Amino acid sequence: MKKLEIIENIKVRSEKELLAFSEKPKRIYFTIEKSALSKIAKYLFREVKARFITASGVDTRSNIEILYHFSVDEAGLVVSLRVILEKDNLEIESLTPIILCTEWIEREIHELLGVNFKGHPNLKHLLLKDDWPEGNYPLRRDQ
Amino acid sequence: MSKKVIPIGPYHPLQEEPEFFTLYVDGETVTDIDIEIGYNHRAIEKIAESKSYDQVTFLVERICGICSTSHPFAYSNAIDNLLEIEVPERALYIRTIIGELERIHSHLLWLGLAGHFLGYNTVWMWAWRYREPILDIFERISGNRNHYAMFKPGGVRRDLDEADFPWIKKTLKGLIPKFDMFKGAVIDDPVIRARTEGIGILTKQDVHDYSVVGPTARASGVAIDIRRDDPYAAYDRVDWKVITAEGGGVFAKAIVRILELYESTNIVLQCLDKIPKGPIETNIKDMPVGEGIGRHEAPRGEVFHYIMSDGGNGPARHKVRAPSYVNIASNKKAVIGETVSDATIILAAVDPCYCCTERMAVVDAKSGTKLMDGQDLIRLSQEKTARMKK
Repeated sequence: MKKLEIIENIKVRSEKELLAFSEKPKRIYFTIEKSALSKIAKYLFREVKARFITASGVDTRSNIEILYHFSVDEAGLVVSLRVILEKDNLEIESLTPIILCTEWIEREIHELLGVNFKGHPNLKHLLLKDDWPEGNYPLRRDQ
Repeated sequence: MSKKVIPIGPYHPLQEEPEFFTLYVDGETVTDIDIEIGYNHRAIEKIAESKSYDQVTFLVERICGICSTSHPFAYSNAIDNLLEIEVPERALYIRTIIGELERIHSHLLWLGLAGHFLGYNTVWMWAWRYREPILDIFERISGNRNHYAMFKPGGVRRDLDEADFPWIKKTLKGLIPKFDMFKGAVIDDPVIRARTEGIGILTKQDVHDYSVVGPTARASGVAIDIRRDDPYAAYDRVDWKVITAEGGGVFAKAIVRILELYESTNIVLQCLDKIPKGPIETNIKDMPVGEGIGRHEAPRGEVFHYIMSDGGNGPARHKVRAPSYVNIASNKKAVIGETVSDATIILAAVDPCYCCTERMAVVDAKSGTKLMDGQDLIRLSQEKTARMKK
């Protein structure tokens, strides 16, 4: 599937929920509302048959940003979906019911940044030990 | 029959991912598996935020002791992508040569250990012996047998000496007959074939579901390879092909790795012939605000680095995704329903670290008494092969 086609489809599907868009050769970044994440991720994983690479959570001091990276291998593209979360409402829909392999990375972001993934089947610690003090998030900058 | 729990792990300090597998077995059959990682979490991503861009190159080189160049390779690609700079041609060829030599010694290491687990200790000894010349090449090029410190954003740190080329070519060509020997020992041996074909299978759908990468995906007939799909370094300037196999079992994974030995040798030889003269780095003056993504096809699959810059001296956020992070998770699919004597080789087939499997122990879930340890499990695996030989 061509790059332009993917960009066009994501734009159509997200409509007003698309907040920003930028591109570099072979790299596309979309900033979307968190309500649109599931349907865009579903489109990329199920229809485009993109491979889920990983997600990266960032504390930008004002917000927490999560980037979901997908690889469209036949076009050599990396499509990144950026979702911005308010610090007083760190909750987002889990992608694990749609994409099996997001299980680990959501657990990782949960324990390192304190994001709650709604609907995750098993949101326990991944890297940190089980008795890690609650409310301590190693990758947060405000602690 | 009472259910038994087999804990595998947890500690081993050698590779980037110490893992802890808990196998639930019913008699001989594995009924469930629980995978835990994080026993030796070193917080590399957090440390990277306090280092300068130059220092991070050395930091990420220490993520893995076997494929030590994979992470600097992907990291340099990420910074080059962030800055959108042109890396000099000569540096691109040098990067390719280092990356491919590393694949050869990493695959040999896997083959040796796989041989050992199956009771083929000759293959194990061969692999160690013929891995040595590759390390000698690295020593001549970089002064180091591992942790070569050759990479930097914008280019490479050291130039290659043209006077070494004839010796490097001779050494590599001398290895090809040895690879034939491996091919013969593994592909043509009916016992290894019977022992490994059809166990630990990942279907094409599993490859997509678990998003596995590298030889683990290619052994299921899924032709994905970052070197071809998203070309970087000099991979689009040389002639090579992506190796795939059908079946998705342990045997197919071995075939992919053995055939990749030839491709990698071929790539290095072509690079040594084609490498142009010129500068080896682009000078980077300052870092703008922005983000970059770099990928590299490491011996185990795609390594992914994401860098976010706030214009400061070092990365504001550095995300690293090693291939084993997704490959190990797929063991959940591959190992359930198989027997304990096959579990050792299946869990090893994605090429994670082996110290874990060495530390396997069978414990009675009720009484907690130790019934078998790692040595026993390897023995179990070797005995099965010996039985099939008869």
